[in-house]
Amino acid sequence: MTAAQPPAPAVGTVAAEVRGVGKVFDGRPVLDDLTFTIDSGEFVAMLGASGSGKTTLLRLLLGLERPDAGEVLVPEARTTVFQEPRLVASSRVWRNVVLGLPKAEGTRQVAVAALETVGLARHADAWPGTLSGGEAQRVALARALVRRPDLLLLDEPFAALDALTRLTMQALVAELVSRNQPGVLLVTHDVEEAVLLADRVLVLRDGRIAVDERIDLPRPRRVGAPEFGALRDRFLADLGVLERGRLVPIVGDEGEPVVIDSA
Amino acid sequence: MSLAFRLLVPLVLFGLWWLLTATGVIGPTVLSSPPTTWDAFWNLLVHGDLLGDIGISVARAAVGLAIGAGLGLVLGVVVGLFRLGEELIDSSLQMFRTIPFPAVIFLFIVWFGIGETAKVALIALATLFPMYLNASNGVRNVDRKVVEAARSFGLEGRRLVRQVIIPLAMPSILTGLRFATGVSIIALVFAETINATTGIGYLASQAAALQQVPILVVCIFIYAALGILLDLGVRVLERRVMPWRSHLVVR
Repeated sequence: MTAAQPPAPAVGTVAAEVRGVGKVFDGRPVLDDLTFTIDSGEFVAMLGASGSGKTTLLRLLLGLERPDAGEVLVPEARTTVFQEPRLVASSRVWRNVVLGLPKAEGTRQVAVAALETVGLARHADAWPGTLSGGEAQRVALARALVRRPDLLLLDEPFAALDALTRLTMQALVAELVSRNQPGVLLVTHDVEEAVLLADRVLVLRDGRIAVDERIDLPRPRRVGAPEFGALRDRFLADLGVLERGRLVPIVGDEGEPVVIDSA
Repeated sequence: MSLAFRLLVPLVLFGLWWLLTATGVIGPTVLSSPPTTWDAFWNLLVHGDLLGDIGISVARAAVGLAIGAGLGLVLGVVVGLFRLGEELIDSSLQMFRTIPFPAVIFLFIVWFGIGETAKVALIALATLFPMYLNASNGVRNVDRKVVEAARSFGLEGRRLVRQVIIPLAMPSILTGLRFATGVSIIALVFAETINATTGIGYLASQAAALQQVPILVVCIFIYAALGILLDLGVRVLERRVMPWRSHLVVR
């Protein structure tokens, strides 16, 4: 089906492997000789500015795109939570959870059990259109986890949520991931979120891994802690937003300063 | 309250009709009065075979609609789903769509004779296009992101079409069905007024030959009633086929 083939799975070792992957869109290289692995049970956050190829990488790992060069090795059981819930409006919540599963596995019971873990079991028979944004995204999370993925791909799943719901969702994801131990790749441009959740942070720049750093802060992590702030500033600098404690002007694509008209 | 307002204009028109025909301002050869129309209706019902004629007309419309809208739905879905389908079918159908369907009545009579086939074929032809256009549009406009997500969760082929694409295209498909039912009555009138020995249209053409205005008015009312009933039927169907829509709330 795709270039993404299941590896000979040495269980408990590697959840995903990307080897020398390149991808070109309209003559512009989006990913360039990209190489990294995600271990089983490891929570990896990938940071990158808009247009850095994050989404392309995710689509490659999902099998929705083929690489132009290199190899993508992923487990059969891989799944994703998108930025939007992407629920099927015409199916009840529980049917959305087990969408695409074989009939024998996709029972209501299985779905309700998964909804239980995200605290939405009582909405099993609701229509998606009646849910709030946060609830819908939790359904999307249940839909991903019910597949018992070896690799869980998160495409800025909290970006569209309000601040309070985001905090709840982040805690929920952290808990569910630590319980189920899939390899996780969280793609985000929210540095705090990455430092809060991840075991390891990768920074993607110009289609390559620019930074690969283990986060050894003890859990639970607090956004306000000093070590946390130091790490955050480091990654912001790596992203070219912040230069070690000093603000720099935003520059355009050609490096020209962007003038923000205050008038 | 709002119902009272809605009924106001029809009631006034009905009163005017009664008044003008009763006082002779409008002569009986132009428009029959409500009582004479009612008498004609009753007479047809009791002494004629009005119910039989209505049944025949409804059956024609229903069979023609089923064939035309059914075919339109299948073509629309195929064109909406596949690029190849679009290139093969769409432009040709758009070409045929420009033919006003009444224009082919006589050709259909030559081809199919004066039996039921010609009438059903005309209704099918007329109802095919509204359904086709709406169905193909509906399928094409199904949220790609949702389809992509469903794919990534292992839904492919027939299951994807049945569980995701068709349901999400349903609002458009039902709009197509509503247009098609409306057109089916128009096509019915054409088909059975020009060539029929039974049905409402036949009743009307005979009444026209004999200048029986009350019967003509009855026939017009029956056609109108059929149109209203069919539209109502589709609306009921809408609620049954798309239960998720009636639960939508604004957040």
